[in-house]
Amino acid sequence: MNNPTAQATGSFVEDADVPEYNVYGADWSETVEEAMRLGQQRIVMNMGPQHPSTHGVLRVMLEIEGETVTEARAGIGYLHTGIEKNMEYRTWTQGVTFCTRMDYVASMTQELAYCLGIEKLLGITDDIPERASILRVLMAELTRIGSHLVAVGTGGNELGATTIMTTAFIGREETFKVIEMITGLRTNNNYIRPGGVSQGLPEGGIEALRAMVPEVKLRLDELSALQMENPILKGRLKNVAKVDLPAATALGITGPILRATGLPYDLRKAEPYCGYETYDFQVPTSTDSDAWARMVLRMEECYESLKIVEQCIDRLEKLGDGPVMVADKKIAWPAQLSIGSDGQGNSPEHIRHIMGESMEALIHHFKLVTEGFDVPAGQVYQAIEGPKGLLGVHLVSDGGAKPWRAHFRDPGFNNLQALSIMCEGGQVADVVVAIASIDMVLGGVDR
Amino acid sequence: MSDNNEIQPVEAEGRSPLTLINVREGLFGAKGDTSGFDGLVKPVQMPGASERPYGEWFDGVVDVLEELLGDKAAEAIEYVVVARGELTLYIARDHLYEVAQHLRDDQDLRFEMCLGVSGVHYPADKGRELHAVYPMQSITHNRRLRVEVAVDDNDPHIPSLCAIYPMNNWHERETWDFFGIIFDGHPSLARIEMPDDWVGHPQRKDYPLGGIPIEYKGAEVPSPGERRQYR
Repeated sequence: MNNPTAQATGSFVEDADVPEYNVYGADWSETVEEAMRLGQQRIVMNMGPQHPSTHGVLRVMLEIEGETVTEARAGIGYLHTGIEKNMEYRTWTQGVTFCTRMDYVASMTQELAYCLGIEKLLGITDDIPERASILRVLMAELTRIGSHLVAVGTGGNELGATTIMTTAFIGREETFKVIEMITGLRTNNNYIRPGGVSQGLPEGGIEALRAMVPEVKLRLDELSALQMENPILKGRLKNVAKVDLPAATALGITGPILRATGLPYDLRKAEPYCGYETYDFQVPTSTDSDAWARMVLRMEECYESLKIVEQCIDRLEKLGDGPVMVADKKIAWPAQLSIGSDGQGNSPEHIRHIMGESMEALIHHFKLVTEGFDVPAGQVYQAIEGPKGLLGVHLVSDGGAKPWRAHFRDPGFNNLQALSIMCEGGQVADVVVAIASIDMVLGGVDR
Repeated sequence: MSDNNEIQPVEAEGRSPLTLINVREGLFGAKGDTSGFDGLVKPVQMPGASERPYGEWFDGVVDVLEELLGDKAAEAIEYVVVARGELTLYIARDHLYEVAQHLRDDQDLRFEMCLGVSGVHYPADKGRELHAVYPMQSITHNRRLRVEVAVDDNDPHIPSLCAIYPMNNWHERETWDFFGIIFDGHPSLARIEMPDDWVGHPQRKDYPLGGIPIEYKGAEVPSPGERRQYR
């Protein structure tokens, strides 16, 4: 028994007196018997980092007495990939490809916050074409629906309700179909770029969007019918993992968890960006402060997001084709993509122009793609309402073509701090519910 | 664009108010290249201190804070910068705790949430190499401002704000982990993202990006941090 023992801070100490058990699922009862035999009342349990219910690689250290959790600590960092550091070595435009991979369930949320930050640094916030802003709102809301469906779906799956997960994922797939049609990729889209978006709606885009809305609504209805009167789900979620308003404020919690305590704080209303003030939608709230309220709010937010999506479609149809990038050729990405025989490629008109018609256009293309554009020195903070809460981006420029510092305040990183007060004093089985109700994605937490 | 980016320094009384972000040398990061630009030396500075009136609600907030700090105001608030529609207060670290207390508790300020702390490393800014940037959010008044604290690399201590803003617990651990800023009074200032036994603070500018060179037959492509690149 000379193995190191886990401590609450995540550090290891040598303690020869503490027996250690390794549990791999099925032999749990044997372990309990062994613990009983040794007369150990207090057990420190390590959950994760590779555990199906931890939404990635989260490690939870639990101190339990019987079935009661007396202390819970989250250990993170298992998915740290140094994205922020990497971004300092790439151009501002290339940074989009990196930050989209942070919270990979809500990719375009990071893209949006990052690009809005760059635009604020450049001072071109008001020059973004309306069409691009609408497409951004459209994508942000589709991403929100996808993220909430994953939160609700995996949350149900972890309680054994596989149908909740499959239904949610089918609904999310409907949004993915359209997202793929418009951006070229299902996730990690690299769609929202500094100055606009990478491309406008393809042919048949409006029709595909219109066809998607009832499909998603159908799945949302189905999911609601499956959940809202389900006695098992109610029993597992109601009055579990409670965090009230003072605690939420003290822990800086935002998003559905905060709104479930009764505070209607949503940056889309409080501090509108991309023209959110012109859309008609509600911010659902609840005062129950428990896991059930959070789940219900996420479902209601999906319906509100669909309302915004419908308004976006109307506006896009009315606006028709046109630019989706700023007019400034020193910032706007020069090339447009088009579908070639191999499925994807550069627009033939653009290739013809730079290769056959204009030497200056070729030089311009080359400089902008290899070197990028310079951003005036200074710093900005841009916050947007992500599906999981307030997503903040702190950008510092040294006047060059690459960020001096890019820091992302992922809402999951902050909200995960609440795990301790959600779990302590509760049952071990409720830890899974608490983690699901926080809805963090470890890619975003660890970056 | 950056060539025209001349910042007119405004001297706040007796202080050197500008953050020197970087001193850029050359154009590609390689010495002796054929461009002839390798001798270029270009200091880049942050926007300088602003003078009153700051505009919007900024004057009111600074007034209230100065009144609450009393005699200590001149010492505590190093200088105020208004740029890109955002208010930044540079606060001396000895007074950070008190300033944060006022920012949270005064009814005219009410910055209930601190959105974490973002570290920034400015190796060229001698004596003020490490900056801790605290975005403060007021839900009551729907305002946001930035508090920035600069410390010497050889004395990287900043008081922890965990007692005032409990949400800063993990954020301060992250900034310690990545920049080596020590937050005095933090309940458990352990590494959070890197392994416990990691050596160094990876987000500092003197810490290389890492990566291994990619080998091809007869050639080698250096890792991204060591490639020739525009700067």
